[in-house]
Amino acid sequence: MSATPLLELRGIDKSFGPVQVLRNVDFAVYPGEVTALVGDNGAGKSTLVKCISGIYPTDGGQFFFEGQPVTVNGPRDAAGLGIEVVYQDLALCDNLDIVQNMFLGREKRNGIVLDEATMEQLAGETLAGLSVRTVKSLRQHVSSLSGGQRQTVAIAKAVLWNSKLVILDEPTAALGVAQTAQVLELVRRLADRGLAVVLISHNMNDVFAVSDRIAALYLGRMAAQVKASEINHSQIVELITAGRSGDLGLPPENGAENGAEQAVTVTPGAPQ
Amino acid sequence: MSAPTTSPAPQQTIAAPTRTVGEHVRDYVARLRGGDLGALPAILGLLVLCTVFSIVRPAFFSAGNFANLFTQGAAVTLIAMGLVFVLLLGEIDLSAGFASGVCAAVLAVLVTLQGLPWYVALLAAIATGTLIGFVLGFLVAKIGIPSFVVTLAAFLAFQGIVLLLIKGGTNISVRDEALVAIANRNLPTALGWALAAVGVGGYAAVQLLRHRNRSRRGLATDPTGVVLFRIAAVAVIAGVAVYILNLERSINTLISSLKGVPIVVPIIVALLVVWTFVLQRTAYGRHVYAVGGNKEAARRAGINVDRIRISVFVICSSMAAVGGIVAASRGNSVDANTGGSNVLLYAVGAAVIGGTSLFGGKGRVLDAILGGAVVAVIDNGMGLMDASSGVKFTVTGSVLLLAAGVDALSRRRAAATGNR
Repeated sequence: MSATPLLELRGIDKSFGPVQVLRNVDFAVYPGEVTALVGDNGAGKSTLVKCISGIYPTDGGQFFFEGQPVTVNGPRDAAGLGIEVVYQDLALCDNLDIVQNMFLGREKRNGIVLDEATMEQLAGETLAGLSVRTVKSLRQHVSSLSGGQRQTVAIAKAVLWNSKLVILDEPTAALGVAQTAQVLELVRRLADRGLAVVLISHNMNDVFAVSDRIAALYLGRMAAQVKASEINHSQIVELITAGRSGDLGLPPENGAENGAEQAVTVTPGAPQ
Repeated sequence: MSAPTTSPAPQQTIAAPTRTVGEHVRDYVARLRGGDLGALPAILGLLVLCTVFSIVRPAFFSAGNFANLFTQGAAVTLIAMGLVFVLLLGEIDLSAGFASGVCAAVLAVLVTLQGLPWYVALLAAIATGTLIGFVLGFLVAKIGIPSFVVTLAAFLAFQGIVLLLIKGGTNISVRDEALVAIANRNLPTALGWALAAVGVGGYAAVQLLRHRNRSRRGLATDPTGVVLFRIAAVAVIAGVAVYILNLERSINTLISSLKGVPIVVPIIVALLVVWTFVLQRTAYGRHVYAVGGNKEAARRAGINVDRIRISVFVICSSMAAVGGIVAASRGNSVDANTGGSNVLLYAVGAAVIGGTSLFGGKGRVLDAILGGAVVAVIDNGMGLMDASSGVKFTVTGSVLLLAAGVDALSRRRAAATGNR
């Protein structure tokens, strides 16, 4: 934990009406690392991501970006900080081509005219920079691309903006073996380029293949956030399903409710 | 945004910059086979219809009738051009026909009953269309009523408003020379040629500049041959059309001379250029396609979806107003039936026949013109064959069904080949 985290959340709370989805969540993401965010269905992974990306306002807690406290009131604020999210459904328009999708909502213009040539050039450079060689033409409609190619386009779209933090929501869920490998390779390459990457996944093989750090959510609380090298497969599964594993994770249900303490990542010797 | 002069070399693996004419043709054929038919069905339909009618009724293929086609089809085509925007979002505007009637009635009331100058009445009519579109769009986007219901209600209500405006069943004539000229007068022959030359020259300049700009940056370009072919095709079409329209159409030249391009033609062409520019070359147009293709993706990209939805209804109703003005001009009057009966169905038919998808996300303003031409040719040709209205409606309905069928089948084909 030498460097300061790129993004640090402290004590995030979020409720939808009477349902409290996030409870005092602490979360830190470091540049140049892949942080896996794992948790069972309903653990609050997607909600946490939407809070980070400004889609949901938080009820409480603090954001720190590059050590500075910031407020994120909408997707534009998040994008302004350099946070990009690649959603599970990719959010691509089938009827537009690769370049049009990559620049959607942030088109380059000359006056009022779209500057297609510049956009195409930048899109091509970005894809080339990610060593993507699987697409035939930048002017292909997204509808004609395979699942892996679409994922690639969505990731390239996120990288295009010199973003500092890229959040990937289940990027490999719908992919075959070869395409999964391709996308994971791309994820690793993003981190190696110095970006902070958050990878949401259900697939433990994927998680261990690329992540440097693993954060496990359990029923809206951060069970643990540890280095991937310091934890094994079964411990993670325990954290996901039970919220704790050995001396890792949340204290037992009847333990002292101490919000500030329980979310701390590694707590050796915590009361069992 | 200035040209980044960093080496454009690395992406060569993705976009092969040079393609031959052969490759271009092969790509086009592959697209067709993949279900992306574009305007091809409309063009083929137009050719077949024209051939059949010319054989059955030689009068169809006369300069006089050629000019008639434009003025007859103008109002429907203009309304269809606006409808394309609404259809691009996968919405529908059933009230466009009577919206044009309301705007025409406003025009007639102001210019004939109130005696206001024609340009004031014209602007008021278009402003009425804009207001109607805003209200419709607001109800659809902000209140959340499906466009089908909103515009169905408006369809009925506007029919009533037309009746109220023209005080029951009366017929308000439009005698203002400037307004009558829109659909009934022709440009001087020299001006027709000059406009055609300017139009073709402008098209060529845009195409060539774009080609040069792209190839200089090392981006994939259409082969020079294809670009030149496109320019030549536009030049030939414009040249032939102006030539035929400049022929003498008067039966007795001693009484009056009748030749030149109808004034409504350059109006349609100008609106085609403007709206095509808006759709293809501005961020707004890109966002319209995006909302039509995937509303959620557009929203997440920071596009104000509600604003786009309202705006397309504004454009549609404003274009309906233009169509209503042309209809009033052509009929020299406005009555309870202006914009009524089959106008809306013809307009929707025109857009769909031209290749605009009813499912949203796919379509061009040019489609409305090609489809409008098909509808006008059917209407005109059947009229020449003395077919009854019953036959006309049945045939037009069948053609619309055919077009929608082609759309649905090509979508299925496209889905099967993973092509949209």
